[in-house]
Amino acid sequence: MIEFHGVTKRYPNGHEALRNVSLRIESGAMAFLTGHSGAGKSTLLRLTTLLERCTKGQVLVGGHNLSRLSRRRIPYFRRNIGVVFQNHRLLMDRTVFDNVALPLVIAGCSHAEVGRRVRAALDKVGLLDKSRANPITLSGGEQQRVGIARAVVHRPRILLADEPTGNLDPELSREIMGLFESFNHVGVTVLIASHDMSLIANMGYDILALKDGSFVHSQGSAV
Amino acid sequence: MAGSREPAEFTLSSTGSRRLRSWLTRHLQTFFYTLGLLSRAPLASFLTAAVIGMALALPAGLYVLLDNVQDATRGWDGSNAISLFLELDVSDDGAGKMAGNLGNWPEVGSVRVITRGQALEEFRELSGFAEVMDAFSSDNPLPAVIVVEPALDAGETVAMEKLLERLGTLPGVDYAQFDLAWLKRLYGVLRIVERGVLVLAGLLAAGVLLVVGNTMRLSIENRRQEIEIAKLFGATDAFIRRPFLYSGLLYGALGGVIAWLLVMVCYMLLGEPVHRLTALYSGDYRLQGLDGVASMVLFGAGSLLGLAGSWLSVGRHLAVIEPS
Repeated sequence: MIEFHGVTKRYPNGHEALRNVSLRIESGAMAFLTGHSGAGKSTLLRLTTLLERCTKGQVLVGGHNLSRLSRRRIPYFRRNIGVVFQNHRLLMDRTVFDNVALPLVIAGCSHAEVGRRVRAALDKVGLLDKSRANPITLSGGEQQRVGIARAVVHRPRILLADEPTGNLDPELSREIMGLFESFNHVGVTVLIASHDMSLIANMGYDILALKDGSFVHSQGSAV
Repeated sequence: MAGSREPAEFTLSSTGSRRLRSWLTRHLQTFFYTLGLLSRAPLASFLTAAVIGMALALPAGLYVLLDNVQDATRGWDGSNAISLFLELDVSDDGAGKMAGNLGNWPEVGSVRVITRGQALEEFRELSGFAEVMDAFSSDNPLPAVIVVEPALDAGETVAMEKLLERLGTLPGVDYAQFDLAWLKRLYGVLRIVERGVLVLAGLLAAGVLLVVGNTMRLSIENRRQEIEIAKLFGATDAFIRRPFLYSGLLYGALGGVIAWLLVMVCYMLLGEPVHRLTALYSGDYRLQGLDGVASMVLFGAGSLLGLAGSWLSVGRHLAVIEPS
């Protein structure tokens, strides 16, 4: 589902964020991306969502060669991906419901469909009773769950998360990881960037470790 | 092989049959969403619309004023009659003979003689100076007049001037002048004012574009995070542009309504005194406000300017916002 072939990303200032990186994540798999900050985790995710394009090599996502995808088709491409952020990036001037509804509104779903699917997603993350609340009144863990509901409400094929547990205590972090696992169980390909080795080491998924833009070691078969 | 084992490829466009309906849905959603945004900050929205309204009201008001002046003097300018004031020593018979000759000129349509006696009588009736005139009764100071109605079109000003010159140099003619020369001059002035209103309207329209453009720039800046998130979740440029275009349109439309109200309030304030003034001149002229067509033009111009202003601004400022 996600393949990198000899990918290098060099920024205009000369910094090489990724060096000759190759990986392959099968459809329906779940994998972790780890490494210190600045190792290239975020860059890898940014290349996967076409926020940036690689300097060298090939990135294939969902069967599409991203270097051949025109700018006009990028929005449609992104609708197949759900993204979760470390700081959740919720819109604080909207209700929880409206935040979660955004990907569906973008996709042009009907009013009834939006309502049904948003309620289903909020139910899944256990926040159905908070749908009318403002995100600012929620705890950090709850805010992150709203972020996850928003990332899966449009039933993406791929779920990407950048340090989704960065600001949470261990118990809440395990809870969040459990949510990601449950989405993986229904067929979503999941890739999570996290530096929290103690949390992810024993979960039994592929772990790709980045250092200075290259893979140093890995657990599993993805590299 | 890359992608060969994927159960299905990503879809990269919205599917056909749902397209029109989702297009309509989106426009309706955006319209009401934008309306909601504007009504959530009523004062700020009103102030923006009021600036647009005033910018539109000025040329619209001047247009109404011009329209009224032209309306009040309509029918008068159809007359191209030239009055020939004859020398005092030309007799009524002589005037009649001259008139007969003039009637044969190809440029002349019809001729009418006002004898010295008739002129005096008319003056006594209309001026209210009957008693004073009686004192002159033995010595009528008024000349005979031949009113010449040219067979020329009002537009043929050069030919008209030539005719006036020829008539003025005829023996026995003191001088010749257009009956309503002052009206022609007034029309000349009005044409200049009309052009001025157009220029002013152009400048103010540019002002409206700038006001809306700047409002949109600030609004885009305020909603930067929202735009980034929307782009991350696959919003097209059109989707992101739409609410801004709608709010530009709504600002402009609201500005048009405010302009209409301003003009109509001025019209009502002026209507009564103008009517009283025309009554003093024994006329019965009533001020005209904006008619239906002019109102629609005002409303439409406001909406279009609002839309255009936001289009210009949004195109430039949205392009630089990319999610990070």
